[in-house]
Amino acid sequence: MKKITIKIDDKKITCAEGKMILHVAQENGIEIPHLCDHPDLQVKANCRMCVIKIKGRNGLFTACSTPVEDEMDIITDDREIRRSRKTNLELIFGEHHLDCENCTWGKRCGLLQYQKPLRAKITRFSNRKEKRPSKQFGPIIFEGKKCIDCRNCVEVCPVGYYEIEKRGIDISIEPSTNKNKDCVYCGQCIVHCPAGAIKSDGEFEEMEKVFELKKQGKVLVAQFAPSIRTSIGEEFGMPYGSIATDKLSAALKKLGFDYVFDTSVGADFTTTEEAGEAIERILSGKDLPIFTSCCPSWVKYVEFYHPHLRKNISHARSPQMMLSSIVKNYFAPKQKIDPKNIVMVSIMPCTAKKYEASRPELNFENGLKPIDYVWTTRELAWILKDKKIDLKTIKDDPADNPLGDPSGAGVLYGASGGVMESALRTAYFRLFGRDLQKVDFEQVRGQDGVKRAVVRLCKPVKFGGDKCVELRVAVVNGLKNAKIILDELKQDPKKYQFIEVMACPGGCIGGGGQPLPINEEIRKKRSASLYQIDKTKKIRLAHQNPQVQQVYKEFLTDKKLTKKMFEVDFKPEGKSKIKIKK
Amino acid sequence: MKFINKIQVANLKGRGGAEFPTAFKWLSVAKGHLKEFNQPVFVVCNGAEGEPGMFKDGYILQNYPEKVIEGIKIAMDTLGAEKGYIYLRQDYLKKFKNHLKKYIGKLPIELTAEKIGYLGGEETTLLETIQGDRPEPRLKPPYPTEFGLLGCPTLINNVETFYQISQIQHNEYKNTRFFCISGDAPKKGVYEFPVDMSIGEILKRTKNVPRFNYFVQVGGGAAGEILTKEELNKPLIGAGGIIIYNLKKTDTKELIKKWVNFFFDYNCGKCVPCREGLYRLKEMLQKNEIDMVLLRSVLRTMRDTSFCPLGKSVYLPIDSMLESVKVNYKNKRDTK
Repeated sequence: MKKITIKIDDKKITCAEGKMILHVAQENGIEIPHLCDHPDLQVKANCRMCVIKIKGRNGLFTACSTPVEDEMDIITDDREIRRSRKTNLELIFGEHHLDCENCTWGKRCGLLQYQKPLRAKITRFSNRKEKRPSKQFGPIIFEGKKCIDCRNCVEVCPVGYYEIEKRGIDISIEPSTNKNKDCVYCGQCIVHCPAGAIKSDGEFEEMEKVFELKKQGKVLVAQFAPSIRTSIGEEFGMPYGSIATDKLSAALKKLGFDYVFDTSVGADFTTTEEAGEAIERILSGKDLPIFTSCCPSWVKYVEFYHPHLRKNISHARSPQMMLSSIVKNYFAPKQKIDPKNIVMVSIMPCTAKKYEASRPELNFENGLKPIDYVWTTRELAWILKDKKIDLKTIKDDPADNPLGDPSGAGVLYGASGGVMESALRTAYFRLFGRDLQKVDFEQVRGQDGVKRAVVRLCKPVKFGGDKCVELRVAVVNGLKNAKIILDELKQDPKKYQFIEVMACPGGCIGGGGQPLPINEEIRKKRSASLYQIDKTKKIRLAHQNPQVQQVYKEFLTDKKLTKKMFEVDFKPEGKSKIKIKK
Repeated sequence: MKFINKIQVANLKGRGGAEFPTAFKWLSVAKGHLKEFNQPVFVVCNGAEGEPGMFKDGYILQNYPEKVIEGIKIAMDTLGAEKGYIYLRQDYLKKFKNHLKKYIGKLPIELTAEKIGYLGGEETTLLETIQGDRPEPRLKPPYPTEFGLLGCPTLINNVETFYQISQIQHNEYKNTRFFCISGDAPKKGVYEFPVDMSIGEILKRTKNVPRFNYFVQVGGGAAGEILTKEELNKPLIGAGGIIIYNLKKTDTKELIKKWVNFFFDYNCGKCVPCREGLYRLKEMLQKNEIDMVLLRSVLRTMRDTSFCPLGKSVYLPIDSMLESVKVNYKNKRDTK
């Protein structure tokens, strides 16, 4: 692309032609207020906060939608510009219910960030939307009285669940009543909403309950998902991608949890099971391709939109479920704790995990629920702040054993391609009875929405030769991209044998329960740190994890029990009801 | 190309109100076509005429339909267009449908209805409407000439513009335009005069100079500028409407309210300043005391930052009214 030279506030800048002024400014450390612009989304230019001036042209222009041109001379701040931004921000406050204490943004939103420097008066206009109801579908809550009509949610939703209704002042974003459309609970709308108008059920009102239960003599057990260790630090002012595994478990213990386990160990079980199932199905050719099952949004998506592909989903329970199976059925009796007395709280980067935990098909035979509460990363950060526990300064304290030390593979589950890579590492062992020497599968890593690879797994020559198995795999992140792969399968059902899908861009590190903001740069940093952890782990293969091996040896001695603990057969229900709360 | 040159020599400007040089527009479509040669080209005749006090397009459709169709045909031939559309406000469609069909004959020109009033005449909203999408303005650039209907190069001209194209073709173009005179004017109607004739002169020629004290709104009955009788010694720019108001009989506060309500009813809801600004203006105007500083800053912000012409145009009529004609607002000091 052609390079051009422009000036922003008298600073000379060389940039690519055709980029928008806002984005060039951002890349050069010049902050222009904006609300509806998001690097993941198309330019809409709805909020009109990013107005700037161009020397030699009349009027104001929105920086998000005006492409740079050679020798353009841009002014991003003067009295007139400020005045316009101030009025627009005051108008926006006039359609936004303030509930800053309980906001997904935790007071770090653009509205508040720009309010002070612009000297905007929050109460200039009374909130005209005060009477708009909240609507809940599954674990997602859309609060009409906070919505600023930017439409990011409409665009980001992978299934087109949000619809724009009416016009003018009555315009509103509504969950679809179309019976052929349902929310898949991924929560991408939450992390792309500049106004915190969408949240997940429980945010931020229900955490206290758990501590009440402790007072009643319950045993509190926490598990935390792989991706959270490299994201939660952001809530406490740590740089993007900071690794906080042991601080996280320390904070959870300080919070009052009796045991803290690592969901990545659950992931090691999942890998062991899923790799086995995959190899079995690939060798027998039954129900191929096999789809990964750990993303509940993906599972719901297949169930609702492509029910004929249900049989392709792996029967393996997701990591949080497997870990809970072991905690409540193996660890508890061993520690002489009544499983009924255990309260399992699962800290997830995800809103759909709340839905997964509510699915009755996953309950144990005795009716006990595997997971009692799911908190998002944001909820954990909220309660830690509430209890004045500073993650940044807390002393490291690793998770408890025997379910606290994962393999590197288990940690990779938090990034797109991680499940596939973990499974491939273990699949090799299943195929050849030996462990891989070089365990990195670069082909399935990275932020690309669709990654396709033919992976050749060969038995080492010195162990009897040239036996090779070729696996045709695909890795998808972002549910919109799943359609591409499903279309390919329609053309050629045998194109792939094994497909990993994560509903959120970048995988769980970009999940709907993660701290705000989220964009590609942030996803990359969170993800890179997970790979960093894997690299430095001594054990990088799931089936080699001694904790996993111990459980199989001591507890999962017969196949029937393993099946009960680790498998599930979902019975999908129809469209979720939309509950209206005044 | 030769014909485009002819338009340029005639110095024809778009008659929808924006006064964009017509030859430029045509050239731009031709260029767009050259860039993407495989794509079809479309020609749209805009007859949405949604501005109050404007009825000259209806007049032309009534009296010169053959000329309008001829103009569209010339454009289609010149630009190699696959299909033409005549986009009409609903009452025009009903009224002129049969009439127009007669002249269209076997030409690939389709009649289509505007759906939302006023904003429906904005050219990118028009494109969304014809496509069957939510009628809202699009981001520009890209301009319709390059990326128009279904992403193809598209020429959108006003009814009168196509009429004048036909005049140019027959060498009968005399640098005139149509003016709609209405309101408290004694001789309401559509008149044709040279484009550069002053407003005062037009009133004189049409025997419309009132004996009473008056002010006029020129350009359009909602977005037009307010002028006093001392300000009429200049040609009309914008849409060709002249509305005369009897100063004594006109409740100026009500008139401003009427404009605001008009824009309020037709705003699409897409951008903050227009959607929220109009709501707040309406709210403020309902009160006895008005915070004039706030009113003005909302108006200015709408003018400077609205997404499309609708929001931008609320400022001019109100501001010019406040400047030229006395409006008895009780000013409320901002209680900061």
